[in-house]
Amino acid sequence: MSATQTQTRSVPTTAGEDRQTTPLLPPRTRRRRWGWKSVVFHVFALAVLVVILYPAVWMLMSSFKPGNEIIGSVDLIPRNGGFQNYVTALKGIGGISFWTFVANSLILAVASVVGVVLSCSVTAYAFARISFPGRRLFFACMIATMLLPFHVVIIPQYIVFNQLGLINTYWPLLLGKFLAADAFFVFLMIQFMRGLPRELDEAARIDGAGHVRTFVSVILPLMKPALVTSSIFAFIWSWNDFFGPLLYLKDPGTYTMPLALRLYVDQTSTSDYGAQMAMAILALLPVVVFFMAFQRYLVAGVATQGLKG
Amino acid sequence: MTATATLRTTTPRRARSVRARREARAGYAFLSPWLLGFVALTAGPMIASLYLSFTNYNLFAAPKFTGLDNYVRLFSDPNFLQAVKVTGLYVLVGTPLKLIAALAVAMLLNQPRRGQGFYRSAFYLPSLIGGSVSIAIVWKAMFIDKGIVAQIGSFFGGPPAGEGGWVGDPGRTLPMLILLTVWQFGAPMVIFLAGLKQVPAELYEAASVDGAGAVRRFFSVTLPMLSPVLFFNLLLETIHAFQIFNSAYIISNGSGGPAGSTLFYTLYLYLRGFRDFQMGYASAMAWVLVIVVGIVTVMLFRTSRAWVHYAGDER
Repeated sequence: MSATQTQTRSVPTTAGEDRQTTPLLPPRTRRRRWGWKSVVFHVFALAVLVVILYPAVWMLMSSFKPGNEIIGSVDLIPRNGGFQNYVTALKGIGGISFWTFVANSLILAVASVVGVVLSCSVTAYAFARISFPGRRLFFACMIATMLLPFHVVIIPQYIVFNQLGLINTYWPLLLGKFLAADAFFVFLMIQFMRGLPRELDEAARIDGAGHVRTFVSVILPLMKPALVTSSIFAFIWSWNDFFGPLLYLKDPGTYTMPLALRLYVDQTSTSDYGAQMAMAILALLPVVVFFMAFQRYLVAGVATQGLKG
Repeated sequence: MTATATLRTTTPRRARSVRARREARAGYAFLSPWLLGFVALTAGPMIASLYLSFTNYNLFAAPKFTGLDNYVRLFSDPNFLQAVKVTGLYVLVGTPLKLIAALAVAMLLNQPRRGQGFYRSAFYLPSLIGGSVSIAIVWKAMFIDKGIVAQIGSFFGGPPAGEGGWVGDPGRTLPMLILLTVWQFGAPMVIFLAGLKQVPAELYEAASVDGAGAVRRFFSVTLPMLSPVLFFNLLLETIHAFQIFNSAYIISNGSGGPAGSTLFYTLYLYLRGFRDFQMGYASAMAWVLVIVVGIVTVMLFRTSRAWVHYAGDER
């Protein structure tokens, strides 16, 4: 079953076939693809794209404008442009260096990635490859946590973490990552593992490997794409997370970038939109870099989520 | 004879049970991190918040049992009713608009043309950054005072926004936040695209041969074949929309204003729980949310039997 599944995956589907054969076609037929229909398609798609990406581009360009040029200006090109806003933003907030916030966010994001990769892969292996009593029930519970509004658990969690004196530490934000609390990642990895041929496990078993051995030396190396996708999402979500840090981090020295950004907006006068935009850009920079580098993995990760669920 | 027969059957059975037991042990060993997390971070806290919802608890004095008092008070609390109204409108209007945008762009991109991968990634980008504080700040700057949105609006002859622009106008903050969520149509779009790729081309050919036009093909082939994906997107986006927090918090500066127009459910819950430290009241709010989301989920699953079409699905 699973073997045929992986096979069909490598065979071009009817929708992709057309595209994949284009380089083989003679140049003439290729040129005909740029007929008026193609032109209409590209003009239309680009027009939609311009509208959609306008806020992002406006934000970027505003970060180079002096504060009084931002509000009310539809123009993208700054009249008196410069990097002054970035100089202001990099000065930090209230005596705390800008780089402290970057370091805090980075520590949290990297630790989240480690936690997610370790805990979710192990959990996914249990669900995908081992049969044990209660598996169906636990699987249903796992899926249910994906749909559960997390607000129903934060109050008791906060009370306990507060009593343990863990406010202003990263433990409340990281514990769940190391205990596979993000069902999305478990689900993603299960879906991926189901696509791996079972014959591999059986071959390993015949060679005398137990589950630990099979998991570490057979399944884990093959799961690289799913692990990469999960890592990128874990990083970005942790980097962008606002609610968790807002609850647990009160001391500005422990602030992550989103919290620092909010503090910055609170403290600067409303006229200094330029520095706010620069700070907002800096806060998004790692996310956008990750996106540029790994967009394929991200899009593939989102796509598998909806299929065969 | 009989002795050997029973021997023959019992040994494999015993071996099987030994192996099954070993499997079970391995299964629970591998599951243990998740299981621990599930008990300590989900199931346990859920029970605790259910208990707290029947008490008065301010974090400092011991919880005092008050029965259904919190729930009764909820329904006479004008702020709570406002939060329900705002959030309900947001879910009912925002989610369908977002899915329509996602499906429309997915249909546009589902053609064998160059640059498809580029467009798909570019349209996906807002989904990735849209929930961040940065974008909320940008959104605010675009809609505030005589910001660009107000200018574009007046250019097209729209009514001028009041003091503070859209951000200061209680009638316009909700449309502004709905625009922000619709802007993030990329994630459901990617899922729609993946679904569209799985629709067999023969079906379209057959429909064309039978004389179906583009509109007819959409409603008779695309939509039914896409319905499982549509259902998935609808379910996830609806549940997601109930939990809007970041943008409302940033744009209203944590107040839910102006005039309670951005007092979304989770924002009010946060204010009650973590500003006023009314943990019991906030827990009751959380449980009402769980029940509402649960009912919506069950209703979606119920109705899905009528409109979700699993074509020749063996699963």
